[in-house]
Amino acid sequence: METVKIKNNSHSVIVEALTKKFGGFTAVNNISFRVSGGEIFGFLGANGAGKTTAIRMLCGLLMPTSGQATVAGFDVYTEYEKIKMNIGYMSQKFSLYEDLTVRENIEFYGGVYGLSRKEIREKTDYLMDYLKLWDHADDLTKSLPLGWKQRMALSTALLHDPDIIFLDEPTSGVDPVSRRNFWLLIYELAEQGKTIFVTTHFMDEAEYCHRLSIMRDGLIVELDKPGVLKKKYNAENMQDVFMKIVRGGKGQD
Amino acid sequence: MNLILLSIIKKEFHHILRDPQTLTIIIFMPVMMLFLFGYAITLEMKQIETAIIDEAKSNESRAFIEQLMATDFFRITSADVKSNQIETIFKERKARCALIIPYDFSSALQRNKKVKIQLLVDASDPNAANFINNYVNQLNLKFNLKNNADVFIPFSFEPVMLYNPDLKSYYFFVPGLIAVILLLISALLTSIAIVREKERGTMEQILVSPVSPIQIIIGKTLPYTALGFLDSIIILLFGCLWFGVPLNGPVLLLGFSLILYIITGLSFGLLVSTISKTQQVAMLAALLATILPTIMLSGFIFPVASMPLIFQYLSLIVPATHFLEIIRGIMLKGIGLKELYIQLGYLFILTAFLIALSIKKFSRNLEG
Ligand SMILES: Nc1ncnc2c1ncn2[C@@H]1O[C@H](COP(=O)(O)OP(=O)(O)OP(=O)(O)O)[C@@H](O)[C@H]1O
Ligand SMILES: [Mg+2]
Repeated sequence: METVKIKNNSHSVIVEALTKKFGGFTAVNNISFRVSGGEIFGFLGANGAGKTTAIRMLCGLLMPTSGQATVAGFDVYTEYEKIKMNIGYMSQKFSLYEDLTVRENIEFYGGVYGLSRKEIREKTDYLMDYLKLWDHADDLTKSLPLGWKQRMALSTALLHDPDIIFLDEPTSGVDPVSRRNFWLLIYELAEQGKTIFVTTHFMDEAEYCHRLSIMRDGLIVELDKPGVLKKKYNAENMQDVFMKIVRGGKGQD
Repeated sequence: MNLILLSIIKKEFHHILRDPQTLTIIIFMPVMMLFLFGYAITLEMKQIETAIIDEAKSNESRAFIEQLMATDFFRITSADVKSNQIETIFKERKARCALIIPYDFSSALQRNKKVKIQLLVDASDPNAANFINNYVNQLNLKFNLKNNADVFIPFSFEPVMLYNPDLKSYYFFVPGLIAVILLLISALLTSIAIVREKERGTMEQILVSPVSPIQIIIGKTLPYTALGFLDSIIILLFGCLWFGVPLNGPVLLLGFSLILYIITGLSFGLLVSTISKTQQVAMLAALLATILPTIMLSGFIFPVASMPLIFQYLSLIVPATHFLEIIRGIMLKGIGLKELYIQLGYLFILTAFLIALSIKKFSRNLEG
């Protein structure tokens, strides 16, 4: 899987010294990076490292305390409304409506993104085929297994055909087969030239990313290709790399 | 634009129809509250516990007592009491009033002398005491008239109660209940609907879409406006058909005021949702923000005119105060726009202010 090429080289996301404070607590501390179009960019870090906070700032859900960032060329402070049309976002919490059917969820999000009735119908048909959900189209979403729900959530986040996709721990709690299926989807999207910004706790998934940034206590402590990181830390796999980096964390000298 | 709104509204109806809690609030709560208030918390006095001290023990005195018992007003809990037991009876709350029929009751009646019956009332509840006093006076008058009709009475007071001739507290309460229930339900439903989405994380997904806050607010509140209106019709129907409350004034104006007032409730709900993180907090806040001022300050129970001056001013900023005057005016007095435009104006201004405030407070992102 590591052979997939980055399709497009214009920068989709540019982050400079971005910081978020909640009161006196700094959740994201002065982070900087760039993500190219078509890249699968991984965000790693222990619980509370600041991954979700960073993503939320880029999606216009949180105002940064300081620093600069543009997403799809738009400024996060002033042009968040334009950013919203260009991004897809899957939040860490499963956020489709459990009490709506699969079809109703798709119709709702299609409507919210301003698709026409015809487009919604076409998209629904397409997604039902694609996700092989025809048998469950009119089942309540809560009756589906988690793996399907997550693929459905990704599909609804893609209804408006965004160029940049933010996925916050899309595979947590999902069984290995479903996780693999999910990553096949991510690869397909990258092939289409979409930029994928993904956080994960799974080290095997980290290996699938083109580049990785590893966060600790709000700081980015490493940022490179998985292969380079493994070499640098003289490690067999990302698990080892991660352990070595995390051990440098607070109170673990 | 329209399709966006439509999607949100449609989705909201799916939620409502599939959520037993919301359905209960919409359908059963108004009816339940109406009956609860209508029957249990009625200000109408009935079955007043009464002690009788019959010192005469004559046919006439027994006839008098029988007549008392025939009314729904008195319930004789202690008959044949000695006068020195009265205090104990009051202290033990066995009776709220006591009638002492003097030993010369019969002879006095026969000699056309003025009959004096002593009425002792437990005035620890002054309103009730007053009421009992008045009622007994009336009864007394009737008895006197019947038993010595030849007594010349130069003039008599005959109070005429306007608009509510039978002094039925339903008349007073049902319109008031509409004010309380509507405000509570619309505030409760909106705040729950929004806070639930925050709690479940779906609000985050909506906020990241290009939907504008105004669209979210309208899409979220429109369904509940419709339901609130449905509720007011349910309550009105029960009020008119079951409790027999009249509807004398212009129905159209009533409908308009109802919608305006529902919007007030929805704005309360929006405001509550901006400060609540969980559904429980939202529920509590909605209850406090609506029920308390509405019951205490609006004239729902205590007439505004008899409040201390500062509360009279305070009541002006309680939307229910104005709505109560409007709905009681329309239903009971049959008056219309000509007489009510000031109250409507107040209600309109308060509602506009609340909407503006709640829209301003409604956050377009996850902060605040
Ligand atoms: N709204 C908030 N107010 C105060 N503190 C917050 C807020 N949101 C997040 N935090 C804190 O900021 C830190 C970073 O949180 P964040 O959710 O970004 O971490 P994360 O890397 O996504 O963790 P996880 O792997 O558990 O999802 C945490 O310590 C968290 O408690
Ligand atoms: Mg997170």
